[in-house]
Amino acid sequence: MTLLITAFWAIDPFTTQIVQVWNTDNFQRILNEPAYHSIITRTVVMAALVTVTDAVLAFPFAYFMARVASRRVQTLLFAAVLLPLWASYLARVYAWILILNHSGLLNWSLQSIGLPAANIGYTNVAMWVVFSYIWLPFMIIPTYAALERVPESLLEAAADLGARRWRAVRDVVLPLALPGVVAGSIFTFSLTLGDYITPILVGGAGSSFIGNVVYANVGIANNIPFAAALAIVPVAIMAVYLLIAQRLGAFEAL
Amino acid sequence: MEGFWTRMLLRLWVALILAFLFTPIVLIFVYAFNTSNIQSWPIPGFTTKWFASTWDDPDVRRALTLSLQAGLTATGLALVLGSCAAFAIHRMTWFGREVVSLLFVLPLALPGIVTGIALNAFFSFGGISLSVWTIVVGHTTFCIVVVYNNVLARLRRTQGSLIEAAMDLGANGFQVFRDITLPLISTSIVAGAMLAFALSFDEVIVTTFTAGAQNTLPLWIFGAIRLGQRLPEVNVVVSFVILVTIIPVLIAARLTGGGGTGRVPAAR
Repeated sequence: MTLLITAFWAIDPFTTQIVQVWNTDNFQRILNEPAYHSIITRTVVMAALVTVTDAVLAFPFAYFMARVASRRVQTLLFAAVLLPLWASYLARVYAWILILNHSGLLNWSLQSIGLPAANIGYTNVAMWVVFSYIWLPFMIIPTYAALERVPESLLEAAADLGARRWRAVRDVVLPLALPGVVAGSIFTFSLTLGDYITPILVGGAGSSFIGNVVYANVGIANNIPFAAALAIVPVAIMAVYLLIAQRLGAFEAL
Repeated sequence: MEGFWTRMLLRLWVALILAFLFTPIVLIFVYAFNTSNIQSWPIPGFTTKWFASTWDDPDVRRALTLSLQAGLTATGLALVLGSCAAFAIHRMTWFGREVVSLLFVLPLALPGIVTGIALNAFFSFGGISLSVWTIVVGHTTFCIVVVYNNVLARLRRTQGSLIEAAMDLGANGFQVFRDITLPLISTSIVAGAMLAFALSFDEVIVTTFTAGAQNTLPLWIFGAIRLGQRLPEVNVVVSFVILVTIIPVLIAARLTGGGGTGRVPAAR
């Protein structure tokens, strides 16, 4: 773990060096201005929300893959999960713009079953849906890997001791699968944290992420030291997250 | 085993998730044939006219050329550097080996924006103007990782005994490499190259910081979606990019028996 952090410093010489010259002003600006607080909060809350959503969506899917599906179906599902992951990132974001816009597939489906239109295009809800969609495969795969390693004999033992199936799942499978879920959450959380394309494309006004401010400071304001200081924020958050994940045994499940 | 109803519910869940995963992708292909230039559902009819007009668009052509140049060059560089690195890490023990092996994988773990800024700062302070070469450098950072991982994984699985046997039979270093090592690892090298190209062809973030005023295909798409312009052409280009990124991955999966493609976190 310490190795990882030192490595972080080793690869970052350009940015940290510049920050050291102008030092602390940039960090004070981040700490003192409420605008940056709300942006950082929004990014972190969204990353957490997406992670929880993906965990909930992925678990039953991974459970089916690992414990119910035949070998052949397992391979097919595995490929089916990986394929969208490799289909262009922009393409998948764009597809959701098409689905969520007010004359898109979502509203058409809602109206054809007699429901009112949901105008969630270009909002935080849209970002939540798109992020959950894009990173879902990253949650399914480690969860599946962890579930597959739970020996059937443990479940039989639980049954012999009188546990109902659901109880066995809750008390035996869930704790054993947790490292896998945490491993997946590293991806979903960090990828959401560092993203700025999706907020630009599907978020509305006032949905900036940390990455958007960083991007604006490099591209438009050309304040690279400040951008670098801001970029340290997600890296620092991830370092803390990885520490916690390591405690939960997620690294063995990667 | 799970009860009947539990299994049914799980099946239903899996079907829903699969629909969730694939509907958007299929939808783009349908929209590419949309007769109207307004993107609404259901589409009024099918046409192939956008394919021709996209192909004739000079902006798209230029972006495609740049993407191909950058992608192929970065893949080529990554092939040489990545497989050499894998050999160095696998074959020899030297001081700092573990640190270096970690440094190789780091660009994938770091958010793309951090890599992008680092490179951008490096180029601007070094007085290097942004060109196709700066894009190539940016892409090579993450392409190396993919090649390196694939080749290293294969090297770890090959048996040293084969090489020892060849040497016992009098083969010199070069002959061993040509007749034993290379054939054994060749598919992993090709698979790594395919994955690297697919990654490069689709990369947005690092490219934004290293491209300057030029457009690669993803940057063109990004700009067009952002401004909401030329969406019929976007549909066509995006469908094309999906195919170009998925086909190499399918080939790579074939060559490595599924390994490798499963553990490539997004370098975006």
